[in-house]
Amino acid sequence: MAYSDKVVDHYKNPRNVGSLDKNDKNVGTGLVGAPECGDVMKLQMKVNPDTRVIEEARFKTFGCGSAIASSSLATEWVKGKTVEEALAIKNTDIVRELSLPPVKIHCSVLAEDAIKAALTDWKKKQGDAQAKPAESATAHS
Amino acid sequence: MAVKLPIYMDNHATTPVDPRVVEAMMPFFNEKFGNAASRNHEFGWQAEEAVENARGQIARLINATPKEIVFTSGATESTNLAIKGAAEMYREKGNHIITQVTEHKATLDTCKRLEKYGYEVTYLPVAKDGRINLGDLRRAITPKTILISIMYANNEIGVVQPIAEIGKIAKEKGVFFHCDGVQAIGKIPVDVQRDGIDIMSISGHKIYGPKGVGAIYVRRKNPRVQLSAIIDGGGHERGMRSGTLNVPGIVGLGKACELCQNEMAEEAKRLSGLRDKLKDSIMSRLDETYINGSMEHRLPHNINISFAFVEGESLLMGINDVAVSSGSACTSATLEPSYVLKALGVGEDLAHTSIRFGLGRFNTPEEVDYVADRVVETVNRLRELSPLYEMAKEGMDLSKMKWVAASDSH
Repeated sequence: MAYSDKVVDHYKNPRNVGSLDKNDKNVGTGLVGAPECGDVMKLQMKVNPDTRVIEEARFKTFGCGSAIASSSLATEWVKGKTVEEALAIKNTDIVRELSLPPVKIHCSVLAEDAIKAALTDWKKKQGDAQAKPAESATAHS
Repeated sequence: MAVKLPIYMDNHATTPVDPRVVEAMMPFFNEKFGNAASRNHEFGWQAEEAVENARGQIARLINATPKEIVFTSGATESTNLAIKGAAEMYREKGNHIITQVTEHKATLDTCKRLEKYGYEVTYLPVAKDGRINLGDLRRAITPKTILISIMYANNEIGVVQPIAEIGKIAKEKGVFFHCDGVQAIGKIPVDVQRDGIDIMSISGHKIYGPKGVGAIYVRRKNPRVQLSAIIDGGGHERGMRSGTLNVPGIVGLGKACELCQNEMAEEAKRLSGLRDKLKDSIMSRLDETYINGSMEHRLPHNINISFAFVEGESLLMGINDVAVSSGSACTSATLEPSYVLKALGVGEDLAHTSIRFGLGRFNTPEEVDYVADRVVETVNRLRELSPLYEMAKEGMDLSKMKWVAASDSH
């Protein structure tokens, strides 16, 4: 299977690999996929609670080159966006950018899910933080 | 020392044609190009002579007689002929076939088709080491069993079945034994008399011969096997397989067999040395690596390793100047992980992380060193990218996690 140059680039030079502190109340963590499926993505974002702008993003992925590229691209795209703008990212945008073939579209869907999962987690933590400001946010498992 | 890239280590998928085989084939393209069935002129006689010579070379490799060798377009056709041919010929006697779950698709899909026509098929399970249980085989045989089909060695994991014992049971119970010999012939000693094999599929392009040609061994004595043809036409190959013979291909197949016979013992020793070197070089430098299938009963040139926490296709991408293959779903046309690994009880997560290395005649120790280095380097790099490795290192039990699969799951 021939990969697009962009997929190869993300694979060879992945952007924003790593982890953020999941106990930080401004960090949302999304973990999607399953090892049995051959695809697991962990996407984390640090959001400024006042501006709702995503300041930092990190990813780790267990999956094929297209999955790695999709999640790497996702971290690139969300940085500097607001939460609402990031939630508007569609998997089809990823497919287009990376020229993913039909058999790899599910990788882009998983990346979109990862973005949404991370931001849902962040929102939940913000909600908890507002309701019980004295307790630290629960860690996402 | 420089290695020539890319390196080919996928010899279970196919092999390069040995230059000596190419040389043997050449005259039969446009010098001695006759149709072997042309009985009335020199062109035909020359071609026929070459074909008969090849029959002998193939027969000698497996301890059969030339009359028992029938030429086909490849092992897939041979397997189809073996199973469908026996099923039709012996349908008065019974309608039950026994095979096993890690067979090649040529066997499994042929059996599936026969099930649609009313045949009953038993698919024996395999143990973790990839081998069938002889007791299971014995117990599966009924008065209506007409064929047992079990491969000599598996193409993904290289595991060798207890063939001689299977042959004995088949003989005892009066059931024909078909063996897919594709991966074993020419690599380890295969002897249809010693092993009690009645029908055998043979492939050219797996033994440094050309693609598009194969053969089927059909026993003539003790017992005599008859097969209904699946291709009708001019009645070639004693009515068993019509169609003008692929003379250059057949000459190539014959030569390939002869070379294997002469070189097998030494080559097997050399390749198992290289295979062990590769395995040890990789596994001594990485943790959480697992061999799939028995090491004790295995082809000398095969190794299949799972690299936990690293998906197979991404690993292949990282060693893209090395040709190997993977049991990962992402590398399959159907997005299904390897059914062979599944049959061994390898978890799907580990199936996705598996890589098959098939060494061959033209691989060198320098290539093995290069490949081992690249694999180790790439696995380490991808583990840095892997959330599963991170979680495992933190002490989490991944098998107890509740995973949220993608909304558009496979």
